[in-house]
Amino acid sequence: MPRLPAPLTLPPDAPTDAEVRRARRRRRRSESATAWAFVTPSVLVILGLGIMPVVWSLLLSFQADDLVTPSRWVGLQNYHALTKDPNFRQAVHNTLLYTALYVPLSMVFGLLLALALNRRIRLVGLYRTLIFVPFVISATAQGVLFSFILDPEFGAANSVLHALHLPAQGFLTDPGQALYVLVAISLWSGTGFCVVIYLAALQDVPPSLIEAARLDGAGRRHLLWHVVLPTLTPVNVFLVVWQVIESLQVFDLVYVTTKGGPLGSTTVIVYFIWEMAFQNFTAGYGAAAAYVLAVALLVIAAGTRVLRRRGPARLEGATR
Amino acid sequence: MTATSAPARAARDASVPPAAPPGRRRRLLPFSGWHLALAPLALLFAVPLLWLLLSSVMSDGEINRFPPALWPSHVDLSGYRYVLGNAMFPRWFANSLIVSLVAVASNLVFGALGGYAFARMRFAGSRVLLVTMLATMAIPFQLTMIPTFLVMKRLGLIDSLGALIVPSLVTPFAVFLLRQFFLSLPRELEEAAWIDGCSRLRVLWSVVLPLSRPALSTVAVLTFLGTWNDLTWPLIAINHDVHYTLQLGLTTFQGQHHTKWSAVMAGNVITVLPVLLAFLAAQKSFIQSITSSGLKG
Repeated sequence: MPRLPAPLTLPPDAPTDAEVRRARRRRRRSESATAWAFVTPSVLVILGLGIMPVVWSLLLSFQADDLVTPSRWVGLQNYHALTKDPNFRQAVHNTLLYTALYVPLSMVFGLLLALALNRRIRLVGLYRTLIFVPFVISATAQGVLFSFILDPEFGAANSVLHALHLPAQGFLTDPGQALYVLVAISLWSGTGFCVVIYLAALQDVPPSLIEAARLDGAGRRHLLWHVVLPTLTPVNVFLVVWQVIESLQVFDLVYVTTKGGPLGSTTVIVYFIWEMAFQNFTAGYGAAAAYVLAVALLVIAAGTRVLRRRGPARLEGATR
Repeated sequence: MTATSAPARAARDASVPPAAPPGRRRRLLPFSGWHLALAPLALLFAVPLLWLLLSSVMSDGEINRFPPALWPSHVDLSGYRYVLGNAMFPRWFANSLIVSLVAVASNLVFGALGGYAFARMRFAGSRVLLVTMLATMAIPFQLTMIPTFLVMKRLGLIDSLGALIVPSLVTPFAVFLLRQFFLSLPRELEEAAWIDGCSRLRVLWSVVLPLSRPALSTVAVLTFLGTWNDLTWPLIAINHDVHYTLQLGLTTFQGQHHTKWSAVMAGNVITVLPVLLAFLAAQKSFIQSITSSGLKG
């Protein structure tokens, strides 16, 4: 909540109600014009690059388009082809696997770390900073850095394994490992976000609640399970939605590290869309895949909204 | 609360055998046991970044031998010299800076104007527009990127910084966040200025905006982070390396100089440094921005 401002100087004699009303009426006429002048830039950009492309994308998904020559209407063929495309199926599979691993792990680690960090001990500020810092680093920089660390020949990771007398690993070059390695990199950078959100929520747990439970003789474990964790429910809902949406849209990290390889083992949906539209120049096909993804995201967002409305605890404000 | 709890706590402590001093457990360590778990974990998060920094000042000989050196024998700046000398990095840095700063400035200006109109002014169509704008916040970028490319192409902006700037001029997020904040301000302050004959623009500028620093900095921080770190859109919109942003340049550079790791890592440090410094300098408001936009919309 924003702090309320200190009172500014008001005019010496406060205007009467009638004066205020008259002033308002006078202004209302020119008001609409001013308001439109204020919102026009936002409206132009947001409609032009938000709403219009959504419609355009839908139309594109019914067409064959190579981004250069005029497109041709093909009806539902793109969608039909998608259902039969083994590459798309693999992309969906990879994305779901990534999401199923990344979302729960990042939240569990985030909560555990937040619980550990939510105390007044020395250096705790430093710990928080170190854990959160990877979150502000771009996926590109992360990808370049970890390609280096995990390089099978020159990388530091394999030399550590060597020193421990463990066999060298292929990491991102091994089709059986690459996706899991990507999840691990994302956990390194994304857990800090969950930590920060959980920490903020933990600090919002009303002290009176804890005090009351303590007076009733609740032990530490009871306090955690029956008082603290239940108050985190709205935050959990928010984080699930947020992290799922983020992981269904993962792209940058994949592009920088593996380019979908090896053997398609890390091709995720957005990578598939990008490849279809901008590498193979089958934009209509890419748009169809994008629509499938968007509908999935919409269902998730709408579903949790319904759930949240039914649930007793509601998160304030719009969290998408 | 404290008044009621203090006697209660005293009563409970009184029942504890007097050997243990009240409110204190016997300590095995001269510091909290939590450090034993937290210090290694924090280190785990820090090590990759430390390695980034160290390897950027190593010589390629040190990096490429097996096992690689863990600590540079001396600070070798040849990676930085290479990156700043014969590559396009300074250009890419400038491009990134231009795109990000323009995006921040225009999101602040247009976000504040739009947000203020939606918060305080009545005009025909305001409700429909607001709802439409909220709806666009839920549209994933992947759905709009192909038509956005086609629009930019028709405008003749593809393969220029314009293609990067125009789509990020104002986001529904900026408008909405500022609107929410303006709604939370007390109306009376504005009305006073209003009665004094100030125009709307003047009220916004000299009454509302000075009170809105937290929200404005949230918009600035998140816009900067988003545009500076973006790779997807530059990858689509830019072909020639003179118009690359740092993120796009870095990944291309890595592809072309696969064995020159010291230079790649030096470039990586340069890419990361601005956000890292900004974060460390304003950590508190940074984290506040992220939690507030996440939890309170």
